[in-house]
Amino acid sequence: MEIKEKQKALQIKNLGVISYKQAYEIQMECLERVSLGELDTLILCEHPTVLTLGRTSDEENILVSKEELEKNNILVEFINRGGDITLHSTGQLVAYPILNLKHFDKDLKLYLKRIEKVAIDLLGCFGIVASRLSGSTGVWVNDKKIASIGIGVRKWITFHGIAININTNLDLFSMIRPCGMDVQMTSMADIKGEFIDINKTKNSFIDNFCSIFNF
Amino acid sequence: MKKIILPELGQGIEKAVISRWYCKVGDTIREGDDIVEIVTDKAAFNVPAEDSGILSEILVNEGEELKIGELLATIES
Repeated sequence: MEIKEKQKALQIKNLGVISYKQAYEIQMECLERVSLGELDTLILCEHPTVLTLGRTSDEENILVSKEELEKNNILVEFINRGGDITLHSTGQLVAYPILNLKHFDKDLKLYLKRIEKVAIDLLGCFGIVASRLSGSTGVWVNDKKIASIGIGVRKWITFHGIAININTNLDLFSMIRPCGMDVQMTSMADIKGEFIDINKTKNSFIDNFCSIFNF
Repeated sequence: MKKIILPELGQGIEKAVISRWYCKVGDTIREGDDIVEIVTDKAAFNVPAEDSGILSEILVNEGEELKIGELLATIES
């Protein structure tokens, strides 16, 4: 998994709380710039509650009615990443690495494993032992899922990324079958029994990301 | 005629599913254009054209599975 060649600098964009659509537009702008040779970019943000369905999703994994979603102002977005349905909400750290994989390894599985490792190491920094689950992309603490991953790749440049539950309201996940699986979700706050400063987790994500991708 | 094949996507990835075609037979394609999106596990990958020309044949339909190295389409230059 080691990347031998030291990378150029990484541009970091901390967007705070931003709508899914706005953040997607920024991802596409960054992707265009990276394709023209500008610096790889790491976007960090949180989204107001939104359900996103990837390319291999099934709408039956939404377990509540359209009326209920509308009543609670929850948008549903059909998007161009791999994977099934997921939920974003404030208190969840979302990271969108816009990386030119030509500078790393042109290997999608390896890239997914590296992103998982960033989350595992971040959680380790907060005293949480997390791991992969054989045959299933994502990050788990015991038998509960804490981070979900789905990516897109254009011109060998990545977009979309990973969502890690920090202080996410876990009750929201009852609206969906996350990733189309009967899985229980967890969060750092749920495990630690206390509110977690999301800014500290963002800094830890940056540190661990730079370490794994050798920036 | 130039062939567009499903490229190597990484170790252990042997196949992918055609998600959507961005172009149709007869379209003018420029080198580097995304021509088709394929999905594998948690990734949606856009396959770029490696040559310019006219898309002359599409050999796999959306929803069908393809092995790495198999033919996706052909381009006449």
